[in-house]
This record gives sequence, C-alpha cells and structure tokens, in this order.
Amino acid sequence: MKAIVNVYLKQGVLDPQGKAAHHALGSLGFKGINDVRIGKQIVLDVDSSTTPDMIKEMCETLLANTVIEDYDFELKP
Amino acid sequence: MNVAILRFPGTNCEFDTQYAFEKLGHTTQIIWHNDKTLPDNVDLVVVPGGFSYGDYLRSGSIARFAPVMQEVSKFAANGGKVLGICNGFQILTEANLLPGALKRNTNLHFISKYQHLKVVSTDNTFLKKCKKDEVLHIPIAHADGNYYVDDENLAKMKANGQVLLKYCDENGNEDSINGSVEAIAGICNETKNVFGLMPHPERAIEMLLGSDDGVKMLKGFEN
Repeated sequence: MKAIVNVYLKQGVLDPQGKAAHHALGSLGFKGINDVRIGKQIVLDVDSSTTPDMIKEMCETLLANTVIEDYDFELKP
Repeated sequence: MNVAILRFPGTNCEFDTQYAFEKLGHTTQIIWHNDKTLPDNVDLVVVPGGFSYGDYLRSGSIARFAPVMQEVSKFAANGGKVLGICNGFQILTEANLLPGALKRNTNLHFISKYQHLKVVSTDNTFLKKCKKDEVLHIPIAHADGNYYVDDENLAKMKANGQVLLKYCDENGNEDSINGSVEAIAGICNETKNVFGLMPHPERAIEMLLGSDDGVKMLKGFEN
C-alpha cells in the first residue's frame, strides 16, 4: 500500500519559491496564473495494516511542521 | 563555565564555537548526537550551526529527534540554558523549545555576509551585557533564516521581551534582509533560558576577523 503525503506552506504564509516560479512563468509569457505554491510530495510504502490515523501522526510528528505547513494524504492500495 | 556543544552529522560550526568559548576561558565538550546523556556539570548547551542531516526534509527536522535532543529538552525544562546558533536555532524551533519556524529566505539566496543587528531586549541572560538599541556587527550565513510566527504568538513574545535581535542597517533602521517577520534575527523562550539566533556570534570574537561584538553576547552566559 502507498501513502501519498502532500506538504505545502499554509495559505497566508509567504511561499518564496512559489513566488519566484510565478514570476518566472510570467517572464516566459504564460498568462492567467493567479498564484503558484510549491510543496513536496512524500510517498511512503506501507503495510496494509497502516491506518489513516498512523499517517496523520507521522505527518504531525515529522513530515510537516504544522507551525508553517499544511498537509493532506491519501492511502492507495 | 562548562559548555556542551552538540554535534550532529552535518554540523560544521562546533569547532568555531569551541574555540570561541575556550578563548573566553571556559571548558567545552563536544557531544555526539547519539549520546543519551549530557555531562552532569553542564552550565550551557550550545546547538551550533551547520547542515545537520543535510537539511533534509526541513532544516533541523531530523536532528530534533536525535537521542541527545531528548536530554536537551529535559535540561531546558529544568531551567538549563540552551543557545541555538543558525542551524541550532532551526533545530530548537523544530523541537518546540522555541516558538515559530524558519523558512527559506524570501530572495531564495544563501546570504553570507557581515550584518548589522539591533539589540531589542537586554532583560535576559544572553544579551545582558549589551545595551538596548545597540547596533552589533555579526556574520550571517543561511538560506533558511526567514523567521515566521503567527500574530498571536508574536504579540505574546513582544509583551514578554522574547524578541531579542533584529536585522538592521548601520544606523539601526530595521531591515528584514531575509523576509523575517518584523526583521527578527533572534529570540528566546517564555522562561528566557532557551535562546536562538541566525547570526553567528562565535565568528565575531576577534578584530582580526572584522568584529568582536560576539564576545559580549557569549559572555552574557557567565555568571
């Protein structure tokens, strides 16, 4: 089973990398981009006994810093 | 004073820190991250700068779970003095020993230069030998020094004198060179025994290298 965890800076917390990419896309002539946020995806290969609560605990303990980051995840068979 | 200096894989400022404290006449010991105890007679624990665990995941996020950090948390909870410099500051925020977090610099650059700093609060061990509003000149060298804390906690920190240092120009005008909230460069915890700053006072201890402003900061820990 795979757990796909996405971690990104909270809305309202300035994302310098997203801002730089946004600016670069604009410079390249791409139009209609309202915002760019850069996050990271962490893919865990886990036993089938792994529960969403266990993944949540991993996120809160290590994978995300909840002072500045939000996360979401999905478990895939 | 007995100073314990932690060393994680990737730490690179432990010897500078050792040199600085020994030059000031103190006894130092470098403590390996896997150690499960701190020496009995430690007066100050320093978490030095570097790139612990390669800054993987987030700066400081892996180091905070090293065995020695459990001991540092206990030491701090009992009122022991802890100083985190640069990556050490990042580790202490990740360990929840200090409020807030450190993000990537707004300009995305690794900033390495001498920087002016304004002393905001001297009502604490660390900066008691400095004067309020004094402008210090201390090297900085970081990519993730953009301090963030939410408004509610920032208000509490300000009311309690926990904001210690701000980036500024040579005249003391605040200048958030890396995007930090209110140009914050250094803070302490609520009980004022855990300190963290991005600048490197241990690199400013002799005029030969451009500044000795770090001496009065490090000397603050002497009784």
